[in-house]
Amino acid sequence: MLNNRFFSTLFKILTLSLLAVPGLAFAEYGLNLPEGVTPISRDIYGLHMTIFWVCVGIAVLVFGVMIYSMINHRKSKGAVASNFHESTTIELVWTIVPLLILIIIAVPATRVLIDLEDTSKADMTVKITGYQWKWQYEYIDAEGEGINFFSNLAQKSRDGIKNAAIRSSDENYLQDVDKRLVLPVDTRVRFLMTSNDVIHSWWIRDFGVKQDANPGFINDAWAYIEKEGVYRGKCTELCGKDHGFMPIVVEVVSKAAYAKWVADEKAAAAAAAASGDREWSMDELMTQGAKVYSTNCAACHGVTGAGVPGAFPAMTGSPIVVDADKIPAHIDIIINGKSGTAMQAFGKQLSDSDIAAVVTYERNAFGNNTGEIVQPAEIKSAR
Amino acid sequence: MATTTTEIEADIHAHDDHNHGPEPGLMRWVKTTNHKDIGYLYMWFAFSMLLIGGAMAMVIRLELLMPGLQYVEPQFFNQMTTMHGLIMVFGAIMPAFVGLANIMIPPMIGGPDMALPRMNNWSFWILPFAGAMLLSTMFMEGGGPAFGWTFYAPLSTTFAPDSTDFFIFAIHMLGFSSIMGAINIIATVMNLRASGMKLMDMPLFVWTWFITAFLLIAAMPVLAGAVTMMLTDRNFGTSFFDAAGGGDPVMFQHIFWFFGHPEVYIMILPAFGIVSQIIPTFARKPLFGYSSMVYATASIAILSFVVWAHHMFLTGMPVAGQMYFMYATILISVPTGVKVFNWVTTMWRGSMSFEIPMMWAVAFVILFTIGGLSGLMLGIVPADIQYHDTYFVVAHFHYVLVTGALFSIIAGVFYWLPKWCGNMFNEKLATIHFWWAVISVNVLFFPMHFLGLAGMPRRIPDYSLQFADFNWIASIGGFAFGLSFILLAYIVVDCIRNGKPVKEARVWESAKGLEWTLPTPAPYHTFTEEPPRELILKESSHSAH
Ligand code: HEM
Ligand SMILES: [Cu+2]
Repeated sequence: MLNNRFFSTLFKILTLSLLAVPGLAFAEYGLNLPEGVTPISRDIYGLHMTIFWVCVGIAVLVFGVMIYSMINHRKSKGAVASNFHESTTIELVWTIVPLLILIIIAVPATRVLIDLEDTSKADMTVKITGYQWKWQYEYIDAEGEGINFFSNLAQKSRDGIKNAAIRSSDENYLQDVDKRLVLPVDTRVRFLMTSNDVIHSWWIRDFGVKQDANPGFINDAWAYIEKEGVYRGKCTELCGKDHGFMPIVVEVVSKAAYAKWVADEKAAAAAAAASGDREWSMDELMTQGAKVYSTNCAACHGVTGAGVPGAFPAMTGSPIVVDADKIPAHIDIIINGKSGTAMQAFGKQLSDSDIAAVVTYERNAFGNNTGEIVQPAEIKSAR
Repeated sequence: MATTTTEIEADIHAHDDHNHGPEPGLMRWVKTTNHKDIGYLYMWFAFSMLLIGGAMAMVIRLELLMPGLQYVEPQFFNQMTTMHGLIMVFGAIMPAFVGLANIMIPPMIGGPDMALPRMNNWSFWILPFAGAMLLSTMFMEGGGPAFGWTFYAPLSTTFAPDSTDFFIFAIHMLGFSSIMGAINIIATVMNLRASGMKLMDMPLFVWTWFITAFLLIAAMPVLAGAVTMMLTDRNFGTSFFDAAGGGDPVMFQHIFWFFGHPEVYIMILPAFGIVSQIIPTFARKPLFGYSSMVYATASIAILSFVVWAHHMFLTGMPVAGQMYFMYATILISVPTGVKVFNWVTTMWRGSMSFEIPMMWAVAFVILFTIGGLSGLMLGIVPADIQYHDTYFVVAHFHYVLVTGALFSIIAGVFYWLPKWCGNMFNEKLATIHFWWAVISVNVLFFPMHFLGLAGMPRRIPDYSLQFADFNWIASIGGFAFGLSFILLAYIVVDCIRNGKPVKEARVWESAKGLEWTLPTPAPYHTFTEEPPRELILKESSHSAH
């Protein structure tokens, strides 16, 4: 990888000389694409480097001639202008040669393209759904079938957005989630992408996978990951206010560890379903509700429930939140959302106990103090 | 006003039948049908929009100076990126090019004025209202458009603030203005060109604008269609872009980019024209390959309608579609490259001097080429998977639009300003300004290539820590580049007010073209008598005489 080292050293020297500013950490630069951990990402990397060097070649040639000419063909040096201004031969040459070079690049590009669009023969399939502003992962076949969860920005990152102390102690600031997508190594995984609201785009650079998630349509992509590890990515299609705050984290583990994870997930799902059947105390509901509110609701309605005037309604004092006869409406808007607005249907995303908790929380936090408690059983019957 | 009075008198003596000069007072600018007056209005409007759009860019760079949210909220940040893009494209670059066309096309083709002067007045005066309406959305409840200058549905329909309807109206008005401007240019070139000037005698700036005008007429109605469909989706229950009603959000992108890709060439073809005027002047050598430049421009214009989906490689297109758009994109980069080769060959074995306009033209050629090369990389579909919607794309289009389109406008202003106002600008200050701007613009945009490759998505108000250093560098470059425009404004105003008067008609001794046969400063009415063919041939900047 001579190219790489040369490239990055050169730039480090350049930037360092540019910036003799103390206090800046010049630790990792990330000047180039990494090769990644899938056959596709390596092919892409190869294409990227080829076309990059072709561009460098063209640039050196064009700028070289230009600079030579600017130095030597100056009036101040007594240069006398010649008068040539037409040559069909030259023009044909410099049209046809670049065209040939580009055709030569187009051949491997086409091969990689066909390969990466061939999503057949997958060992397992994960359906990825974009939401404003989180991801849902559903394992729809193979051993993980039925596992289904949401992945939100990690609380620590959320806290760091406006707090420099938390931020600087969080090495994965804005690239950590509360629950990772877990995948087995050396497996051909097919991803199905779609969206619940606006267009999102799911990107893990190390896999060479980036694909738009369009509402109402399903796209696909695939990856055969050859190395265990934690891989991070971002949503890359502007999807509204918190577009910058919906990271992606994929943990790739051995097949054995994956089997154990699947078993744990299934057990946890069964336990969660059971928790909906018992009575919850006010304290329990409030604690859980605060958690659910901060991951799902605070982005729009505000941490203090003040909302954003004109865009997102406040929770404090809102009739649907404080009027005792509006409890069913309150539950309904959370389960079914309000169509034509950013208020999503959370019914599929949250368990009975989570919805009960957040309804209770909203009715008692932010100075609402209604004293009303809503139990998971009420949610179950409202569904 | 002293010059104006002498101008009027000169006018009266020269030709008694044509004895009206500009109306005194402010009403001159409201009622004017004079191509230069209207052109100057366009230029000042574009410059004010440049400052407003630039101020928004400063907000963006300020927020991105460091990780974390320090100054603005995400929703406002998104309004800034959206408005910045819209204002720069529709308020600054396009009007500035129309302004230059207005001022320069009649003198370059030996004509008296624009062919449709009253429509000309109207097409300008729509702009301030459209611009004001667009800006006013930011003060409406729910805020202004925050869905990016590409306003993809459904973020711009179902999920958009109420002010979006005003945004749609503003886009319609801007479109009207552009189409009228384009019709006027075509009518002028066809009808008011001196009868001794054949099409293949026209200066390249006239050619590129002539072709651009057809692009505008073909592309703007498509944009109007897109926003009208948005309007009905939002208000009248249609579902063009809503899958729930049988529509398709990706169709929005097809329509938008069918306008959008020609649009990017609308913003670069006139730039090619300006640079093709300046380089022969200061290389003291005719433009190399004039006719192939004309053909290359025409083929770029035609091809620009068949490559649109290279902006949409990741929307889930069939693989055959991806292949076709990859090949077409590669194809369009060839005539673009040929232009660069032509400029370099024009310089080759010339007798060059580096006056301010030439410095800007050279900077244009080098930096635009960098943008063109990254465009080539973006056209390779598998590689675009990694580049798409990252800062790599942001770097690409700022190299072609800022150091391309905008730099050519600055080059053109310095080239023709002495002719317009009769004064020379302060060349010392202009040299300082040049280096300041060229260095800072690269500090601003070059690191964005690395940010993109390192994985930073575009349009995010906050980022993870590994992107901190390059963002910091880019922001510092951004502030410096922003400041350079204050100096530019000073240089221009100082030139108009107290610049050293220029007496020669041919401001740059080696310049060729009919515009340089007019007295300096340019008379209020351009050619009142048709220049003869001998003069036209003698002044041709692309054939040897
Ligand atoms: C050599 C010629 C060029 C090629 C091959 C090329 C190719 C491309 C490609 C493939 C993209 C899409 C990248 C992506 O979103 O992933 C793109 C984006 C863009 N290009 Fe170019 N380009 C060229 C020249 C230009 C010129 C001359 C301009 C304008 C003056 C321009 C303006 C833009 C803009 C504004 C975008 C981004 C639009 C957006 O998503 O906001 N390009 N270019
Ligand atoms: Cu394009």
